[in-house]
Amino acid sequence: MKKMKLVMVGNGMAGVRTLEELLKLVPEMYDITVFGAEPYPNYNRIMLSPVLAGEQQIQDIILNDLDWYAQHNITLHLNKKVVRINRPRKIVYAEDGTMAEYDRLLLATGSSPFILPVPGKELEGVIGYRDIHDTNAMIDAAGKYKHAVIIGGGLLGLEAANGLALRGMDVTVVHLMPWLMERQLDQDSARMLQASLENKGLKFLLERQTQELVGNEQGRVSAIRFKDGNEIPADLVVMAVGIRPNTALAESAGIHCNRGIVVNDTMQTYDPSIYAVGECVSHRGTAYGLVAPLFDMGKVCANHLARMGIARYQGSVTSTKLKVTGIDLFSAGDFTGNEKTEDIVLHDAAGGVYKKLVLQDDKLVGAVMYGDTKDGSWYFQMIRDGKNVAEIRDHLLFGQSHLGNTGHQGQSSAATMPDEMEVCGCNGVCKGTIVKAIKEQGLFTLDEVRKHTKASASCGSCTGLCEQILASTLGGAYAPQTSTAKPMCGCTELTHEEVRKAIREEKLLSIPQAMQFLNWTTPNGCASCRPALNYYLICAWPHEVKDDPQSRFINERAHANIQKDGTFSVVPRMYGGITSPDQLRRIADVADKYHIPTVKVTGGQRIDLFGVKKEDLPKVWADLAMPSGFAYGKSLRTVKTCVGSEWCRFGVQNSTQMGIDIELAFDRMWTPHKLKIAVSGCPRNCAEASIKDVGVIGVDSGWEIYVGGNGGIKTEVAQFLVKVKTHDEVLEYTGAFTQLYREEARYLDRTVHYIERVGLDHVKRHVVQDAANRKDLYARLLYALEGARDPWAKENINPREFAALTI
Amino acid sequence: MSKETPTKDTRSTCCYCGVGCGIIIESDGTRITGVRGDPDHPANFGRLCSKGSTLHLTARDEMRALYPELRTVRGEERQRVSWDGALDAVAEKFASVIREHGPDAVGFYVSGQLLTEDYYVFNKLAKGLIGTNNVDTNSRLCMSSAVAGYKATLGADAPPGCYEDIDFAKCIFIAGSNTAYAHPIVFRRIEDARKKNPDLKLIVADPRCTDTASAADLHLAILPGTDVALFNAMLHVMLREGWTDTDYIAAHTEGLAQLKATVRDYTPQHVAEICGIAAEDIVQAACWFAQGPTLSLYCQGLNQSTQGTQKNAALINLHLATGQIGKPGAAPLSLTGQPNAMGGREVGGLANLLSGHRDLDNPAHRAEVAALWGVPDVPAQPGKTAVEMFEAVRRGEIRALWIACTNPAQSMPDLNMIKEALDAAELVVVQEAFRNTDTVAYADVLLPATTWGEKEGTVTNSERCISRVRSAVPVPGEARHDWQIVVDFAQRLALRLGKRNVLNYANTEEIFNEHRATTQGRDLDIGGLSYALLESAGPQQWPLLQGEMQGRKRLYGDGMFPTSSGKARFANTVYIPVAEDTDARYSLHLNTGRLRDQWHGMSRTGGVGRLFSHVEEPLLSMHGNDMKRRGLDEGDMVKVSSRRGQLNVRVSASDEMRAGQVFLPMHWGSQFMSGLGANALTNSAFDPQSKQPELKHAAVQVEKLNLPWEMVAMRSGDALKRMARLQPLLANFDFAALGLYGHDEELVVLRVAHAAAVPDDTLVQIDAILGLDDEKKMMNYRDARRGISKRALMEDGRLLGVRLTGETAARDWLKEIIAQGADVQALRPWLLAPLSAPPAGQVQRGRIVCNCLDVSEQEILQEAKNGLDVSGIQAKLKCGTKCGSCLPELKRLATVQQGVTA
Repeated sequence: MKKMKLVMVGNGMAGVRTLEELLKLVPEMYDITVFGAEPYPNYNRIMLSPVLAGEQQIQDIILNDLDWYAQHNITLHLNKKVVRINRPRKIVYAEDGTMAEYDRLLLATGSSPFILPVPGKELEGVIGYRDIHDTNAMIDAAGKYKHAVIIGGGLLGLEAANGLALRGMDVTVVHLMPWLMERQLDQDSARMLQASLENKGLKFLLERQTQELVGNEQGRVSAIRFKDGNEIPADLVVMAVGIRPNTALAESAGIHCNRGIVVNDTMQTYDPSIYAVGECVSHRGTAYGLVAPLFDMGKVCANHLARMGIARYQGSVTSTKLKVTGIDLFSAGDFTGNEKTEDIVLHDAAGGVYKKLVLQDDKLVGAVMYGDTKDGSWYFQMIRDGKNVAEIRDHLLFGQSHLGNTGHQGQSSAATMPDEMEVCGCNGVCKGTIVKAIKEQGLFTLDEVRKHTKASASCGSCTGLCEQILASTLGGAYAPQTSTAKPMCGCTELTHEEVRKAIREEKLLSIPQAMQFLNWTTPNGCASCRPALNYYLICAWPHEVKDDPQSRFINERAHANIQKDGTFSVVPRMYGGITSPDQLRRIADVADKYHIPTVKVTGGQRIDLFGVKKEDLPKVWADLAMPSGFAYGKSLRTVKTCVGSEWCRFGVQNSTQMGIDIELAFDRMWTPHKLKIAVSGCPRNCAEASIKDVGVIGVDSGWEIYVGGNGGIKTEVAQFLVKVKTHDEVLEYTGAFTQLYREEARYLDRTVHYIERVGLDHVKRHVVQDAANRKDLYARLLYALEGARDPWAKENINPREFAALTI
Repeated sequence: MSKETPTKDTRSTCCYCGVGCGIIIESDGTRITGVRGDPDHPANFGRLCSKGSTLHLTARDEMRALYPELRTVRGEERQRVSWDGALDAVAEKFASVIREHGPDAVGFYVSGQLLTEDYYVFNKLAKGLIGTNNVDTNSRLCMSSAVAGYKATLGADAPPGCYEDIDFAKCIFIAGSNTAYAHPIVFRRIEDARKKNPDLKLIVADPRCTDTASAADLHLAILPGTDVALFNAMLHVMLREGWTDTDYIAAHTEGLAQLKATVRDYTPQHVAEICGIAAEDIVQAACWFAQGPTLSLYCQGLNQSTQGTQKNAALINLHLATGQIGKPGAAPLSLTGQPNAMGGREVGGLANLLSGHRDLDNPAHRAEVAALWGVPDVPAQPGKTAVEMFEAVRRGEIRALWIACTNPAQSMPDLNMIKEALDAAELVVVQEAFRNTDTVAYADVLLPATTWGEKEGTVTNSERCISRVRSAVPVPGEARHDWQIVVDFAQRLALRLGKRNVLNYANTEEIFNEHRATTQGRDLDIGGLSYALLESAGPQQWPLLQGEMQGRKRLYGDGMFPTSSGKARFANTVYIPVAEDTDARYSLHLNTGRLRDQWHGMSRTGGVGRLFSHVEEPLLSMHGNDMKRRGLDEGDMVKVSSRRGQLNVRVSASDEMRAGQVFLPMHWGSQFMSGLGANALTNSAFDPQSKQPELKHAAVQVEKLNLPWEMVAMRSGDALKRMARLQPLLANFDFAALGLYGHDEELVVLRVAHAAAVPDDTLVQIDAILGLDDEKKMMNYRDARRGISKRALMEDGRLLGVRLTGETAARDWLKEIIAQGADVQALRPWLLAPLSAPPAGQVQRGRIVCNCLDVSEQEILQEAKNGLDVSGIQAKLKCGTKCGSCLPELKRLATVQQGVTA
């Protein structure tokens, strides 16, 4: 098959990163040609400042040397500026006439420094600060001249100023605004920055507007004059007042530009075969000048060039770090805030530390730090994740290493805890056990701690404490997880949501197919992704996908609950908790016949038979002649009811019948985790509906529906969802909510966790406010349940599962 | 202290409790530089407790009233005036009130902390010169039930035993006294005696399991106010079992028959129910008591009660019934709370007494005193006792009130009534050494008095032992001696009243000699005592008759009592419950009492940082079950209310009391907390005989209080000055507690809880007072929406001050690192973090148990956990090896820990 041709214009960091990503995905798809206007291979432009400061050499900052291009069979044209694109014929032309045909064209033309339109701007010694050429010009000038003036007190300007000062020049920074780096810093931190830069010998003229640049007889700049009439000497003027995307080439080819080459979320321009990345693009109206967003763009662009088609670039929150040795400065996001935001500020004037966090709706939206920036990336991650920080708010400003203390109400710090103190109440794990496991088994991550000790593996309220124990045991070797967008498991980089989306959109119908399509890194997955995948597949394609018993745990394979002695317990369904003398007689007979040692009434109003041997299960089921209660599955468990208006003097609704109807309607339903429902006939709520995943409570005028309750490890009271009038509405709303949960929850999330993640408002929008969507959801649920089979029915039993083992 | 400065030693006494320890004051001639116990003093033989051993730290001018001050309009600030100006004004007002409304329209409320000579002249001024018996003292709140109890049974106000009896006793019966806290040196002697005599039985009757009670062989944890029932039941058992001394009863007592009939009903089974203790414990106590020799030590638990006299008498009944009196190791010995309550009683400085234990209602006694004083007569009409006096002031019957050396605006019961009274008075004169007492705030005239270390005279301690008090340093500012102020005033008043001035004294010895003359022929005859003898032979017990060279250790050894018949009288004591019973609205019994390291209203101890390290703020102790029922957690804010007032404090779980009872220390007043202190709640109902109010019991309710806004502000350096400036702010908060902390480096600590965020200008004011207002030096944290604002001041790596508002989790360890004064630069990033424990594994010290050597509870528990016993812990940490005040607690901590490991 003939390879496609990819031509890239521009040889900078964004473009080459895109190629690297592309080569990782599809090394053989394209013949690649690269045009670079500079004479160098791809170098790290952001490291020009250390070069200027004399801390690094040019060769230190080369990212991809010529060998790299050769190794990947990339045709590299250096020193060749592309000047024309013939879109109909898909050919690009360089200044020197070099031409290249393309199937896909990638524009990565970058940006140019903005030069102030003032008289004298063309004088010798007036430059921007963009590339190696500019850097060399500055180094050269520093050797010959005395006075340097930097126009622009932004990131680049200050780095240039610092470099030139280090090279012995007398440097003045001229800035139009009242404080430095106004796009990255607030006034307080900028003042601290200015003070430390002044200590390094830099001078500052703030709120000065440049009138003109004055030249000498040799045509070289000699002074700078301001609007206020003042003038200072200048042998070198560096303009660092911003960048302009290089769009001339694209515009000349008729590609839509608006302060940058306009691209969509796939980095595609208005010409479908032309993509653009880097500082030259305008994405959702924003042009980015920092490297992190450009790399994000590159990753997305590569994905589409590789015809994967699933990545989206949705814009970036940017962060800034000033690369001036000895000065720690960091800012990210919206740090100035507005009337909707709140600030948390730590200002240690004497200690030279300033930190400000900006929050909106309990989420971090911006951060400025000066003097102590070690938590910058952590904040940045939280800004991007939109993590709710309400619980850690008071601790936030003191950094990540401080957080462990919050695990148990901040009462004890892990380091001082005695070994015998219990850390995880759910699983009864004490500190000594965790420390021992960390040391002896060489654990490094929270997941490993969970796996080996079970600490923090259940309700998770001790997670902070576990992390702190890890940190205090491992010391510097501990690197906490920084992102909430966690991959589903170790077998993939994709999140639950991405996997489900792919299953739905790509109509993946089996576990092997899904793993192959989604580039699973392990051949057969693991114990945590296989059951999840199995559920996601069944949920998305209920009638197309064949259940994979090998991806289920023993309970769901055996359709009974395994007990500590290896026997099983059997719970037949009793719809709504209603039974009959006949059923009871059968249960009694079965108990006698199979020598069932314990018969117990469950909390869910059914009868549990304990101690059934595995090989007896099919016979027990047959003799009971009752359907499976699904008491073992990630599925609908019981629908608990009170006796309701039929018998009760207080009952206002027939809760028993409603419960029976719900249980019948949703029987045999698989869910991300177990699902419990209850129906009470009056607000006295004898069925305890308020701690169920779905609770229905009868009131005079109808029914109230509550969702997200949980009586388990951590009791959660269900939240009010809606009040409805009729029996059918109860079924519809309940079903719609359940289906939403089935479709959106991560495997093993109970409803409470799911609602916590997406918010009750989200649920209300989909189930209550959008009637059409509700009906769709309910329809999808009913469709999924159509023809669902009773696993205890003789015809559905997999005899291999229950055959006695022969060795 | 540089070595060149010559140290001068001055022998004196401790000015705190009634144990009356001898103390050697070290000074450089102008400043007191140290104290040590006087090894030759018979009360303590060189020992001092945690309070006494820090006395030199209280000799600070910052705490003192140094100049006379006067205001002519209520509500305005007093202005500094000359002594002449102040005394003339007071004399003018007193004279005009006396002329217009009679002598009973003025009153004097003085103090058991005055020296005998001061006391004498006050008494003579009122009763002799002015002609009113309206002179009462804070001893009314302290010892008057003991006085009445002694007089009712033994015939005179004379404690018959002595401290040496501790060494001879085989049974020590402590009732209503937390001796380990309130009289530590006596308790040291008990510990020594028990070491020497392992068979010595210690019985403690106290509703609380105090450190004293926890050391006992038998703790009778009786319900509040049921002492009489207990004592009667013990007598019942003694009579039933034939454990009484029938010969002694027959020979030396009268009145048993009637009492017998009364106690017949007090069977152990019945009383077990009244007292809430086991019947067999009553029998056991009676058995040990009867075997003897038995020394009873008792204090406010018996005295501060509407049944105080009965309680005292019922206990003395036991001594009479078993003949446990007048022999070595056998006596009822009341412990006095103040250094010179006894001296005050001797000079008759109470509204119903006359000089030399004479009685006001005895015409012969009145005539004797009038003759001694050279006045025509002394008034017969009894004067107003403490509670009555303030009620009379409130009613306008008493118009001019002179308060000396005491702080009724904090120490009286039902303080809201006292406040009304002080507001109603036409003139309030306060003669006081300390600037910041609650009462000084009400003074129209403030007369600066000298105090411990500056004044001289004599005091009498609990065992009738008279010691010389001597001055070590010159008088500060313009302060004058108390007796001098009275003499200066008397001269002016006599002139204005046209009376002969009978108060002309040049020195205390003249006063002492006149007082001596009034005792002659009385039970307390000290005809043989003189300053010279005290100088040459040291402290002496009374009586000491003319010609004798040594006082009498014990009284009544001959079975002769100062009654008309010469026999002791059994009092017919009947149990009556506390004045205020609990009910549904006020369902808890409030008990008040002392802490180990504070004394009275803290005007003196409140100026020493380390005295706050045992207990730092006013805490309501409550049983854990009572807390659970109210949904209270440790440290929660609660509102304690009684029928008379309310108080906001933090609650702390304690198993010292049984459920249904709460305990509040009496020390904190409005200078150290928001609110008036424990006595805002207490009951002014008083004993009909002794007129002593029931400060020990009130019915209260405890409700959880939601004061979500919290602040803790701390600053080292100039702690006393800053504290004085913070004091006026306390009333602005729903709850505030102000105190000091630290062993060497002292810091002031302000804790606040309030219903809502306080206005910013209050914070600005506090920051300014604490020197936390220089923005260039401050470390600042703020989260406006959470109402959190925190700031810290660091200099040269040391943390000097912190103000935490909205969130105060780090308060305790920050306090400790400020006090340590160590370099904490490494902690800088964490200083304002919401950490309840210090970062990086430093150990938090927690409450300090041993004050002298600065050893904390945590450190002791750690060593106990390591397996060390008490002596091992002492060897390692040195705790409890100096003053010993912490020994009972140390033992308890060591045992508790052993209990855990066992």
